[in-house]
Amino acid sequence: MRHRFREKFIHAVLVMVAFSSLVFLTGIMLVLFKEGLPIFQKVGVARFVLGRDWYPTHEPPSFGTLPLIAASFLVTMGAMAIAIPIGVASAITIAQVLPGRIRGIVKPVVELLAGVPSVVYGLFGMQIMAPFVMNFFGLPTGLTALTASIILGIMALPTVVSIAEDAISAVPGTYREASYALGATRWETISKVIVPAASSGIVTAALLGIGRAIGETMTVLMVAGGAAVVPTTFLQPVRPMTATIAAEMGEAPVGGSHYHALFAIAVVLFLITLAFNVAAEHVTRRFKMKVAGT
Amino acid sequence: MKTAVKGVPLGRRTQEQVRGSMVRADKRHRLRANTQAAVFFLMGAALVITLGFLALLVAFVASRGVRVINWTFITQMPRNAMTEGGIFPAILGTFYLVIAAMVFATPLGVASAVYLAEYARQGLLVRMIRTGINNLAGVPSVVFGLFGLAVFVKWFGFGVSILSGGITLGIVVLPTIIRASEEAILAVPRSYREASLALGATRWQTVRYAVLPSALPGILTGCILGVGRVAGETAPIMCTAATFFAPRLPGSVFDEVQALAYHIYALVTEGTHPEAQVPIAFGTALVLLALVLGVDLLAIILRVRYEGRR
Repeated sequence: MRHRFREKFIHAVLVMVAFSSLVFLTGIMLVLFKEGLPIFQKVGVARFVLGRDWYPTHEPPSFGTLPLIAASFLVTMGAMAIAIPIGVASAITIAQVLPGRIRGIVKPVVELLAGVPSVVYGLFGMQIMAPFVMNFFGLPTGLTALTASIILGIMALPTVVSIAEDAISAVPGTYREASYALGATRWETISKVIVPAASSGIVTAALLGIGRAIGETMTVLMVAGGAAVVPTTFLQPVRPMTATIAAEMGEAPVGGSHYHALFAIAVVLFLITLAFNVAAEHVTRRFKMKVAGT
Repeated sequence: MKTAVKGVPLGRRTQEQVRGSMVRADKRHRLRANTQAAVFFLMGAALVITLGFLALLVAFVASRGVRVINWTFITQMPRNAMTEGGIFPAILGTFYLVIAAMVFATPLGVASAVYLAEYARQGLLVRMIRTGINNLAGVPSVVFGLFGLAVFVKWFGFGVSILSGGITLGIVVLPTIIRASEEAILAVPRSYREASLALGATRWQTVRYAVLPSALPGILTGCILGVGRVAGETAPIMCTAATFFAPRLPGSVFDEVQALAYHIYALVTEGTHPEAQVPIAFGTALVLLALVLGVDLLAIILRVRYEGRR
């Protein structure tokens, strides 16, 4: 009797605790929407998202976030143009080309480097990559969308490599053996059998890489330059959403329009990253079904 | 005449025709082999670029940082408006924040993992919980910072403090701990549970005395990885815990602290003597990098040894 009560009690506690993540996620959403709502009401969603002027401290202030959203997308696109081809090719090499012993060393090294803190990437970008970009292109400043893209791309590499490698390694060995038995070369096997079989896993890697790059804060805060202008080229300073929030949240007076506007940017950012994560999860589930179903 | 072999039965081909088709087959084979060699070379180059980029980063930070690091740098207070002296308060602050975050996140994370691995049945409830965990892991770090600022600093009135920053960081790291712990628990062989249940143990007794001890190394690995993550996060503590300069060491959980990650950012963006501050920033970055990579390496070694034993 005593045991049965205790078992039930423990079960109940564990259920409640297990919900904590969901509670935190919901809490974050509620707080963002609650604090962001006043500015949406005041300015209107369309003018907030499509307005071209971000002057939160002017009198009267202007809360157009198009330059910030455009900057986030520009920098993320640039980063992915670097990270996806190089990352996927690296993952294929690690999973299929390298001999097992070397693979056993390279994989942990890549995973280890995924742990390098973003502020260290930021420092590297600011002090070493930015002067290089400035001199190479003859620009007035090295803190540009291009610099941020390069650093973010390097930063996303371990994530992309690691997840894509897992997906490629998960393809059953029988696929490869069957392909060899038909007389295909190793490259033909990789390009026509293994990569197509792992394609949804590779797409997941790309989606998670995008999600990580768009939400990354410290590197773009330190490296992107910070000018809130709708970007026209890669060689100009930009101010992505995350950098705006990080730079201004300390100085915006609590409860003021500026404070609410920062939460509203966070709402936009949250919804964008959520979309990429949900897409990645969806693709992963299909991938698991596909591999398990064969 | 010389190419028209197709359709001619093998036995009726002339010697010339056979040789011609062999030459063509050989050419095709060589083309396939060369394509493979070229592609493998390019892909190998991609891997070299990946590792090269990352090696470059570590090498630059290490070579610039090692110039300022010595015993004084690690054990002294900063002096002369952050242009001289050491970073001891930042090391201590990071240590406090890590402790606070782990104290908050470890019980929640391990208990969540126990529920998901041992108790939960597939269904809507579990799918909702998993969606929560996955999406929490994808929330941008600066959003956590904003959440911490609104809820812990302002609403709960904890102020900019170790407590606010620690809880915020704890939420950041929660999904990492849950996933690692669940994986470790699921890796415990089924037979352990069956043996325990066969001896008449209840479900909780089975979890407590048969499953958890066996999963402990794996759970520990997850927590260590979490420590590495917490130590390197900057955006969540910018407005919840960190300060560029504290005149004295923190005395309670309600004090604000210096932290390594934030210190790097502040040194290169604030202050009036960049020429003196940038070298210190590289020194701080090397200390942080050594700390984070050292902790992660420990986790990887632990995992390899543990898996080897199984």
